[in-house]
Amino acid sequence: MSLHPRLRPALRDLLSGLVFLVLGLAFAIGATSYELGTPARMGPGAFPFVLGGLLTVFGATVIVKGFLAGDGEAIGPVPWRAIALILGGILFFGATVRGLGIVPSLFVAVFLSAFASQQTRVVAALAIATGLTVLCVLIFVVALQLRLPLLGPWLGG
Amino acid sequence: MDLLANLQLGFATALSLENLFYGFIGVLLGTMVGVLPGIGPTATIAMLLPITFNFPAVTALIMLAGIYYGAQYGGSTTAVLLNLPGESSSAVTAIDGHQMARKGRAGPALATAALGSFVAGTVGTLILALFAPPLARIALQFGPPEYFSLVVLGLIFSIALARGSAIKALAMIALGILFGTVGQDTYTATPRFTFDTRELYSGINFVSVAVGMFGIAEILRNLEDEKTRTVMVKAVGRLLLSREDLRRIVGPVLRGTALGSALGVLPGGGHILASFASYSFEKRMSKHPEEFGNGAIEGVAAPESANNAAAQTSFIPLLTLGLPAHPVMALMAGAIIIQGITPGPNVIVDQPALFWGLVVSMWIGNVMLVLLNLPLIGIWVKLLTIPYRILFPAIIAFASIGGLAINLNPYDVFAVAFFGVLGYFLVKLGAEPAPFLLGFVLGPLLEQHLRRAMIIAQGDPTIFVTRPISLTLLVLAAIALAVAVLPSIRRKREVVFQAEED
Repeated sequence: MSLHPRLRPALRDLLSGLVFLVLGLAFAIGATSYELGTPARMGPGAFPFVLGGLLTVFGATVIVKGFLAGDGEAIGPVPWRAIALILGGILFFGATVRGLGIVPSLFVAVFLSAFASQQTRVVAALAIATGLTVLCVLIFVVALQLRLPLLGPWLGG
Repeated sequence: MDLLANLQLGFATALSLENLFYGFIGVLLGTMVGVLPGIGPTATIAMLLPITFNFPAVTALIMLAGIYYGAQYGGSTTAVLLNLPGESSSAVTAIDGHQMARKGRAGPALATAALGSFVAGTVGTLILALFAPPLARIALQFGPPEYFSLVVLGLIFSIALARGSAIKALAMIALGILFGTVGQDTYTATPRFTFDTRELYSGINFVSVAVGMFGIAEILRNLEDEKTRTVMVKAVGRLLLSREDLRRIVGPVLRGTALGSALGVLPGGGHILASFASYSFEKRMSKHPEEFGNGAIEGVAAPESANNAAAQTSFIPLLTLGLPAHPVMALMAGAIIIQGITPGPNVIVDQPALFWGLVVSMWIGNVMLVLLNLPLIGIWVKLLTIPYRILFPAIIAFASIGGLAINLNPYDVFAVAFFGVLGYFLVKLGAEPAPFLLGFVLGPLLEQHLRRAMIIAQGDPTIFVTRPISLTLLVLAAIALAVAVLPSIRRKREVVFQAEED
């Protein structure tokens, strides 16, 4: 694990605490729209309501700790480009695989995400995408008989 | 004798051609992902889980288990040759293993790791066979309040053994449980947190969560700063251990096995703790502690034995109590549930072929691993030359297809992306993904047993402290929580985990 130079104190605590606090509140408030029930007959809302409340408390504690501790590891670099490309690749695959079929959908997804590495250029990405598409079709469709069309209905497959 | 008859059944099951084949595939894949840094057994098992849906239950488990303990073997190869832990539990092995390799003793280091792992695997499997059935008999008497308290204990334990902030780990558990409530409520069929999306009614699939949090998030972390890794030690050399080496490793292997077997049972990643603990134990025991860090063969033998023994015994809580001890076991629990079997004490009684077949297959798998790892070491070294920029798109491709293969539901693929990004940022902010996944898997059980217990008690929550077994479990959970939170003990824990940072 790499150690990054220290920047701001306990920023990691403040941010993670905030994430927990917001999500906890969201779940707790959302749970009130379901029946809470009685202790003997707990409704569908009771359990998430209590857990959401707990998460809110934990989040607040982490935030307070972040202010008190006053010293923490820096967050370090975030690979935004890689996140966008990989996220885009996976979402594209999920959204189009049934329509386009596994071959074009996977090819584009791998091609996109391959660029998440700074070292990969177009030719290399094309080669990686081609190789992996062939490999995955062989493993999942030919060998493991996954029920997926190679070319989907959008392409008349 | 009962045990003999059971073992006979186990051998008959494990030695069927199909089970041998998939067991072999499992340990082969396990070794591979163990060797490759950047992909671990959790993500691999999650990605491959969907394809085991069509297998018989025992075959599926044999293969998935093979991936898990195979990875413990493979991790040591990378640790010795690259000074990189291929697997988190082999981080300590790297300290002395890599020093040995630099002195031209890579062969003996790898042989020690393999031999130690084999001895430990054999003993660990035996302990599983001996202790699981009686434990399961006790667990059969558990009612909903006991199960509720047991799940609480398991969740709290996972904090005590995780590294990093205890309060963040608690928050991660709660968050995991909350995401686990998405979908239709089992009692009233009310859809919860589904945003009127039909595809979410069946809930978020745990395969997507595991692949995202352990596979995709890890890729993003690795892409933070790209380094080209080089294999430092190309020549492995003679594998044979000298008589002197053998004499020196007997003690560490046996002590590491004992420590690993004991710690492996603990929920929350006992195998990592086991390897650290056994290393520092041997260092303290040694007459030449100054050799540690400079290529002491004991420093390879002890942690490698410990992590493999722990890998075997960590099946005990799952197979006897239905309580997964760490994320990999949570995935195994999922695999069992998908086969229509409820993990828990009934498995041993109702599915003897499943339990004993799995136990025996682990031992056979350990034999296969020795054969795979030592003579074929050259191939595994070659594997390390695959550049990461080719490896990570492959993981993304497998993760996407794995997500889709669960139910052919695009939302499962979207969930992989969502939890990948969420996991990446939370890890970056110092929150560990393992408690999240445990919470996600155990959450529904927790809610179910809580609601059942409250119905039994007619709304009186004291039922959890008036029943003796439940009370004991809750007291243990409270102690574990205190251990995790109290500053003085925390500091000692930091020391144990410090070595991993170096």
